[in-house]
Amino acid sequence: MTSIVEAKDLRVHFSTSGGAETVKAVDGVSFAMNRGETFGVIGESGSGKSTLGRAVVCLLKPTAGAIRLDDADPYALSGAAFRKNRRDYQIVFQDPNAALNPRMRIRDSVREPLDILGEGTRAERNARAVAVLDRVGLRAEFAERYPHELSGGQKQRVNIARVLTLRPKLVVCDEVVAALDVSIQADMLNLFADLQREFGLTYLFITHDLGVVSHISDRVAVMYLGKFMEMGGADDIAERPLHPYTEALLSAEPVPLPSHLRSGQRIVLQGEIPSPISPPSGCRFRTRCPFAEDICASSEPEWRELEPGRYVACHFAGQVTKGRKS
Amino acid sequence: MRGVLKWLRRDLRAALSVGFLLLLLGLSLTAPIVAPHSPTNQNVNNTLHEPDAAHPLGTDDLGRDVLSRLIYGAPATLYASFLAVGVAILLGVPVGLLAGFLGGWVDDIISRIIDTLLSFPAIVLAIAVTGALGVGLTNGMIAVGIVFSPQLARLVRAQTLIVKQELYVDAARVFGASLGRILWKHIVPNAIQPVIVQVTLLLAVALLAEASLSFLGLGVQPPQPSWGAMLARAYHYMEIAPEQMYAPGIAILLTALAFNALGESLRVALDPTMKRR
Repeated sequence: MTSIVEAKDLRVHFSTSGGAETVKAVDGVSFAMNRGETFGVIGESGSGKSTLGRAVVCLLKPTAGAIRLDDADPYALSGAAFRKNRRDYQIVFQDPNAALNPRMRIRDSVREPLDILGEGTRAERNARAVAVLDRVGLRAEFAERYPHELSGGQKQRVNIARVLTLRPKLVVCDEVVAALDVSIQADMLNLFADLQREFGLTYLFITHDLGVVSHISDRVAVMYLGKFMEMGGADDIAERPLHPYTEALLSAEPVPLPSHLRSGQRIVLQGEIPSPISPPSGCRFRTRCPFAEDICASSEPEWRELEPGRYVACHFAGQVTKGRKS
Repeated sequence: MRGVLKWLRRDLRAALSVGFLLLLLGLSLTAPIVAPHSPTNQNVNNTLHEPDAAHPLGTDDLGRDVLSRLIYGAPATLYASFLAVGVAILLGVPVGLLAGFLGGWVDDIISRIIDTLLSFPAIVLAIAVTGALGVGLTNGMIAVGIVFSPQLARLVRAQTLIVKQELYVDAARVFGASLGRILWKHIVPNAIQPVIVQVTLLLAVALLAEASLSFLGLGVQPPQPSWGAMLARAYHYMEIAPEQMYAPGIAILLTALAFNALGESLRVALDPTMKRR
């Protein structure tokens, strides 16, 4: 079976106002997603992970490279066919409030995708909207309300509900719990997991939170400054990172233990993520990498499959992590 | 309908302005019945007379009954305001929406045209148009509407630029919404608030433009009455009969005020986030 999403050397660049400079938000990413899996993309702010998610649902057109959905080029379709094709590839945004039109009642917002498709009568669409709201745990009375009358968590449930009305194949989850209270994040993640089983969804799960990604993902890609640094099974990566950046990310994860009980040294990266306008030569991570050598500045590490199913872009992949520098 | 009544009962300002505008409308429609005298009958023996029982608002420089002229002038005045603003909305709102939403070269071209039109004084263009198409209130007010339209277009464009970046517009796009649907369901309802307020302000300005045009003799033609024409005549006799200006002046003032107040109340009423719980 073919991949549901395939990106080939995907690049999304923006020109700055004035057009003098180019922001390389996504700068050469290749991956393929399997049906039914949860593919986590993790990276810090400014790594281009949200841009990647938007490119997958065709909100941003690739500057170069290609995105294939169900082994077809969505941009080969024109006008109405392109819009119709979108129903299978949906996105839930980070900010649940901004994603809802403040002047539409919840019912109308949830019904909107069906209105666009024009399926069934208005009454049938209303019934489906209310049914889906019920499925995500919102009683029928919420349907009559406006977004400002709901809490953040409730609004995010509404956003999930209206994506579900379309019965999509793929849902891009762009930091879906980051804006929510910690107390309801777990609930929400469980809801996502339940819905995946029930509707056979494939998730592209974008987050900066390692705890979230390992909780929910089958495979994980680590993104830095517009490129993937490492990709592999979620457990493999958590247990045995091959890229120094992944290792640093893992060690930055808070551990619920007092300091004298924590094992290992925390790796603290120096400085900020460099500007995507002029990324460093060679390896992008070299400016903050504790193991960087001359070759890292002169040649860009190749994206290679070091072990079956484990891809990494580092000249010293597997050699320097866990302090085992040879 | 029930919702409107409920709104008026709760919002005194809206109720007062709607009431006043309905009263004007009623007077306009029933002018021949309610007006005590003919608006055009002259009586040169009784000019510039102060109010009395026969003429509650006095008489003008030709001895015509001011109250009757005021009543007969209302339809022309209202018609002129709504015509000009209607033309401005019809031209300005779609143009502003397209310029703001599509951006790029469409925006560049439209914005240059807007800038050019904005540099035209309304009255001057109206004079030119009436010169070309013939003197008359309709031609003049269409010209005023054309001159007003860039104000609305610029406002709508600015609002659209803000709203089109909202996440719910992206969401609608991912659902496969067409351009028309995005504009109508998402951009317009969220961009229109300041436009409504601006429209009510423009109604008041159009009222004054009508007065100016009629004052210059390019609008309502004598002997037909309009508030602007009445004010223009009263102006000539300012030194011997200053009270002549009160009736048309206050009528224009109150109507403009009612339009503005209604606009402000509408803005609040149309915003669900400002609704009382």
